[in-house]
Amino acid sequence: MEGRDVSQPIPSSQPGSGANLLEMRNVSQIFGNPDKGGTIALNDMSFAIPEDKPIFTSLVGESGSGKTTFARLLLGFQNPTRGEVLYRGKNIASLNGADSRAFRHDVQAVFQDPFEVYNPFYRIDHLLEVPIRKFKLARSKAHARTMMEEALVAVGLDPRVTLGRYPHQLSGGQRQRITVARALLLKPKVIIADEPVSMVDASLRASILGTLRDLHDSYGISFLYITHDLTTAYQVSDDILVLYKGNVVESGDVVPVIKDPQHPYTRLLVSSIPWPDPSMRWGDETPPDPATFSMPPILNRREPPSEAAPPS
Amino acid sequence: MSAPTGTATATEPTSRRLVHRVVSDEPMLTVEDLRVQFPTDRGDFNAVNGVSFTLNRGERFGLVGESGSGKSTTALAIMRMIKPPGRIISGRILLHRDGGTVDMATLSDEQMREMRLSAVSMIPQGSMNSLNPVRRVRDHFEDSILAHNEKATKGEIAERMKELLTMVGLPLSAGKLYPHELSGGMKQRVCIALSITLAPSVIIADEPTSALDVVVQRRVMETLGHVQDLIGASVLFVGHDMGLLAQFVDRVGVMYRGKLVEVDTIQNIFAAPRHPYTQMLISSLPTLTERGAFRKARSASDAATAANIAASTPGTSS
Amino acid sequence: MDLAMQVEEQLVNAPPDSGLRRRTTWKYLRRNPKLVVGALMFLGLLAFSFLGPLFVNTDEAAPMSAMPVTAPSREYPFGTDDQGRNLLAVAVVGLPLTLQVGLIAGVVAILIGTILGLTAGYLGGWVDLLIRGICDILLTVPGLVVLITVAASIKGSISVQTMGLVVAALAWMWPARTIRSQVLSLRERAYIQMAKLSGMRTPEIIFREIMPNLLPFLAASFVGSVSAAILASIGLEALGLGPQSEPTLGMTIYWSITYNAVIRGLWWWIVMPIALIIILFLSLFLMSAGLDEIANPRLRKADA
Repeated sequence: MEGRDVSQPIPSSQPGSGANLLEMRNVSQIFGNPDKGGTIALNDMSFAIPEDKPIFTSLVGESGSGKTTFARLLLGFQNPTRGEVLYRGKNIASLNGADSRAFRHDVQAVFQDPFEVYNPFYRIDHLLEVPIRKFKLARSKAHARTMMEEALVAVGLDPRVTLGRYPHQLSGGQRQRITVARALLLKPKVIIADEPVSMVDASLRASILGTLRDLHDSYGISFLYITHDLTTAYQVSDDILVLYKGNVVESGDVVPVIKDPQHPYTRLLVSSIPWPDPSMRWGDETPPDPATFSMPPILNRREPPSEAAPPS
Repeated sequence: MSAPTGTATATEPTSRRLVHRVVSDEPMLTVEDLRVQFPTDRGDFNAVNGVSFTLNRGERFGLVGESGSGKSTTALAIMRMIKPPGRIISGRILLHRDGGTVDMATLSDEQMREMRLSAVSMIPQGSMNSLNPVRRVRDHFEDSILAHNEKATKGEIAERMKELLTMVGLPLSAGKLYPHELSGGMKQRVCIALSITLAPSVIIADEPTSALDVVVQRRVMETLGHVQDLIGASVLFVGHDMGLLAQFVDRVGVMYRGKLVEVDTIQNIFAAPRHPYTQMLISSLPTLTERGAFRKARSASDAATAANIAASTPGTSS
Repeated sequence: MDLAMQVEEQLVNAPPDSGLRRRTTWKYLRRNPKLVVGALMFLGLLAFSFLGPLFVNTDEAAPMSAMPVTAPSREYPFGTDDQGRNLLAVAVVGLPLTLQVGLIAGVVAILIGTILGLTAGYLGGWVDLLIRGICDILLTVPGLVVLITVAASIKGSISVQTMGLVVAALAWMWPARTIRSQVLSLRERAYIQMAKLSGMRTPEIIFREIMPNLLPFLAASFVGSVSAAILASIGLEALGLGPQSEPTLGMTIYWSITYNAVIRGLWWWIVMPIALIIILFLSLFLMSAGLDEIANPRLRKADA
């Protein structure tokens, strides 16, 4: 498949105008030898988060689509086989001290598993203390303590019953909210949220997603929301990228892509959603031929301006 | 929850439809006042605290709840697979067979072993990972069949396996593969096939699609439903995804902290939930109708709602 | 935390290195008799070594300090040997010497093994290849043969400390491999990724995030190394290759064999060192098994 360019999801910005905060340029991630059955996790992917206008983009795909690789590359956890990942124009693999620290501070993540992100040896305070210390966010120990308490309150937790506890003493929902509190503390420029609510009880998902959306609206933090759940992607994000086997097959504003999917793979995804309505059950149409998924992608679908209503 | 209105009708694929399943009202499995207790550092705790419901012949009954509700424990208790020191302290688990009714709670270990797989079978959580990695798929079938009928011949086993693989839509060649050579969806379908090897009357599926992608999930659920119809079994489906239940089950039991707080048809549960906890579950579902609807749902999980729920559920152990 | 959720979590999906282990570790020690009994036995032996000199004159561990060849009596509770050593004094002096060898070897082996294991496991790449290569080559070397050769070729007799170091040089590989494989499994954990995102650098991650989770394995490896070292040193001594002038337990065995204690009916001479060695090894084994249970929760008897 030839490469294609997924230009910035914001309708108003032109490619190349203004600086990009974080950018993936023609990145491919290939494991093994591509000619001899190696896997192509990502194929000539380009994606940019602009400096001036925060975005809230969903990255949707199933396992094997490359969405995890996408996240790891943006976070600097692995190096691309081809292409570059750039922070403010500089390749992240070769950032100097000050830029490296800035990159680390500006690009943060919320992960899927509310248990695994905690080092079981330490209390949960450790998760909040370390970044405060490393990024010098507080003037004193007392100030650090206040910051932690305020962040916990902001996500709906009571510091008196959460601070000082070990991870196993708290519920999954509480632990996940603490990771969001950590993101709040850091006020990064970008948060990569990788399935942040899939391991959390249904009743809490709305609350956590709401907090993430607030972070975007109030502090201008850009979000890359990675998920396989189209419904929450629809609920919370403005734009969407649909990944299939390392390629973007459809992209653009979230409303047209999900309400009126054009690409056969997107259609398959949307039709497989377990609709919470007993009168709307899955039909028994024949499954589409996977060969149709390699048809050219449909990119940059935009809503007609009159229908563009951001989430209230 | 009404059908989506207004613009964007393209998402209601014409292929979606209202399915009317004909379900008998003859009981197949009756659980009466089941209590399962675990000793903990802070005293004895009833994970399942007086649960009663009936699963009818050919029916799909969903047991839904969040973590800590006791739904998985209930499923394990029916299979008499609760690990000591946890134990069933009271209640009856009645299986209504053609030859008479059996209270499985009172069976001996040996008698229960015979019942498992032949009368009641289970597809446990994460069962894809409970396939033996060093045995081929066909060996798994052999093990199950031989455990219940030592005299089965190789020919009979092969014939049965072929039948079962066809029922779940897998090619015969899958038999000689090892589990790691199968995709997640295929592994789960093997698990479904294994569970119906001896044509049980009741199949218990505990979160069978929890680790699967949405497209695969649909295929696996359709396979489960198809297989159930073929052998005329009843399914007890344990899950937490109300959307999935809406697609699959006929009736639902909502569990909260060890108790069943509401039991009704799936249509009624969605259209008019009565218990505050059910109402909260339904209202917190994200939909494709309005964006930002999660903001309304946020207030649904507030303290006020929690108090409401607690008030409506007397005797929940806290 | 909600008791309901707690029980369900424990039942369905408690991860292996969960903090569950930490909280229950203290309560668990009460239910881990192996570790407790083993530790008590070991402490008993230590007490014997340190308090012993208060009850017996340690000079009597030297030859010609008492009436030779006396059976155990009130004056000489462990009897005396062919050369006139008070065997109780020998026990009091010899046990700490044996322990010393074990401890030196154990500590040095663990230090080397841990550092190399951590480095190889976390950094990977050619560093890992190099360390693993050396490790694997040395593992094929028959340790006891090397020890015997070294001990036999040193002019004069080998000192306790030298013996400890020689044994350590051949014992570090096991801890290195164990620690390395543990680090490999921990390296990709989400909390390590979080540490990176929080600005931690590699050395700090290794020591502040990974090491604490390795403590049970380190403890188990340590006990294992100590046991192996003591066994090796006693083996050498029993063959006569130990420090000839020190009344260690192994040397006592050697002398008792050389001077035909069994044939002469001097049972107390050979029983004393063997009994002490058995108690020592039993204590080390119990502690090791107890620590293994902590390190690997699957070995525990099923509790709720």
